[in-house]
Amino acid sequence: MAEFFTALATYGFLQSALTAGLLASVGCGVIGPFVVVKRIAFMAGGIAHSVLGGMGAALYFGVDPFAGALMAAICSALLIGAVRLSWKTQEDTLIGALWAIGMAIGVLFIAKTPGYSSDLMSFLFGNILLVPTRELWWMAGLDLVLVATVALFYRQFMAVTFDEEFARLRGVPVALFYLLLLCLVAVTVVLLIQVVGLILVIALLTLPAAIAGHYVHSLGVMMLIATGLGALFTTLGLALSFGPDLPAGPTMILLAGGVYILSALVSRQLHRRRAWRQATAVSG
Amino acid sequence: MGAPSYSIVLTGAVSIHVILYAFDPAAMARIPGNPFIDTSTIDPIPMPSTMSDSPVIRVESVSFSYGETLVLERIDLSITAGEFVGLVGPNAGGKSTLLKLILGLIEPQSGRIRVLGRPPREAARAIGYVPQFPSFPRDFPICVEEVVAMGRIGLGSRWSLGWSSRADRVAARQALAKVEAADLARRPIGQLSGGQLQRVLLARALVGEPRILILDEPTANIDQRAENDIFDLLAELNQRLTILLVSHDIAFISEYVSRVACLNRTLTCHGTSAIDGDTIQHLYGGHVRQVEHQHG
Repeated sequence: MAEFFTALATYGFLQSALTAGLLASVGCGVIGPFVVVKRIAFMAGGIAHSVLGGMGAALYFGVDPFAGALMAAICSALLIGAVRLSWKTQEDTLIGALWAIGMAIGVLFIAKTPGYSSDLMSFLFGNILLVPTRELWWMAGLDLVLVATVALFYRQFMAVTFDEEFARLRGVPVALFYLLLLCLVAVTVVLLIQVVGLILVIALLTLPAAIAGHYVHSLGVMMLIATGLGALFTTLGLALSFGPDLPAGPTMILLAGGVYILSALVSRQLHRRRAWRQATAVSG
Repeated sequence: MGAPSYSIVLTGAVSIHVILYAFDPAAMARIPGNPFIDTSTIDPIPMPSTMSDSPVIRVESVSFSYGETLVLERIDLSITAGEFVGLVGPNAGGKSTLLKLILGLIEPQSGRIRVLGRPPREAARAIGYVPQFPSFPRDFPICVEEVVAMGRIGLGSRWSLGWSSRADRVAARQALAKVEAADLARRPIGQLSGGQLQRVLLARALVGEPRILILDEPTANIDQRAENDIFDLLAELNQRLTILLVSHDIAFISEYVSRVACLNRTLTCHGTSAIDGDTIQHLYGGHVRQVEHQHG
């Protein structure tokens, strides 16, 4: 760990990696709570995996994979959202289909791209140590979009997430904000893919928010705590993986997963104890 | 008055049930034990003068079916300003569906609905709606005050930005005080009892300054005492608002409402005819004046 911090001062790539982790944690903190409370983790997973199609195509045509990922994520979010809004039945099957189709397209494109196919592994599991400075600016820009959109329409997003039927009665354009929310999820997924890869995205998107949800009863506070936890997991994951030369993405995820399980047990215990204290206080 | 010939068939799935109670404040006030006994609270003109005589809710020959199941068949219903209408009927009789149509959440396959003279979807913001089951997850991280403040969305511009304003929070507190739930303001929504939740949902419906209040089985999950409280509150609100309420308990609501319509796929409204009040009182245990009933 100590050697990580000394290395951090010397190596620019580590500083970039740390910045990427912190930028990603803003996305996971602001959007993660919506994914958790709206229970759309499976949808987010579908969006994340279908992104491989866009990345593969971008690679094949020699475009920046980041741009390809963003395009694919938005398209897939709109498609999944439209299916959910108009189809309703068998929504999960359709998401599963998009999930697999996106990956299949990506693998085909990558197979037909001349040169190394080593990119595939970094798409799937991320490679935070190779994030170029140019993409850090992209990430900062996307963070700005996320935070600004949520701040501008906080009430509407909250209403649509909390009670769609009531939001519709109050004149909120529910379909519009639902699709917009999914697009924000798509943007967040692209942010996080830089750090942990598309397979592990879902963990970083949901776990910090879920841990926060164990203790607080306010969406806003949940966002703040989830951002903090995201920053903690990415930074600590990076630091822990550096010494023994482990892949950073999986280290972060194991850290987040471990804390989540621990927190679930602790909060359960706290609930029980509170209930017990309440009951014994009454009975004297 | 002689006993009129009428009968009530609640078993035949296709028979038409129409029960119409005429509400007469003066007559009600004479009946001991009536919640309206305090005549000082009865406003002879229970609605603002801006409301015209045209019905606030008009349902014209509306039919609706889910898939191949016909749920509502040629429904006609007209509700005028200041009325308190109770809608009763068996399960799966189409009560909730009719409410959803009036709210504009679903569209009828045939027929026409006007709320305050406009299509339901446009008028929805003038309606306060209390659903039968909360349509939100109980573990949502939100406190009561925030839930109630959501009822103010759409009061200003459709695109009003940002967070709820101070005015919204003040209005939310006032609405909570109105339903005697001011102490719950900071509670997480998941920690409320059934009766408390019902009050909060009522506050959320009232905070949007509605002209019509629509409630779907507001007392289904709460005990008798809380039920009495809620109905007393509704009776008071009825001095300003038109109320349409779905209930399973015909005897209970008949004490409070001005008219009861019974819905079982079909519903037809008729003019009132004279009937012996004692008979109905005996039958329903309520203080009702008149009943008309017709078989289909």
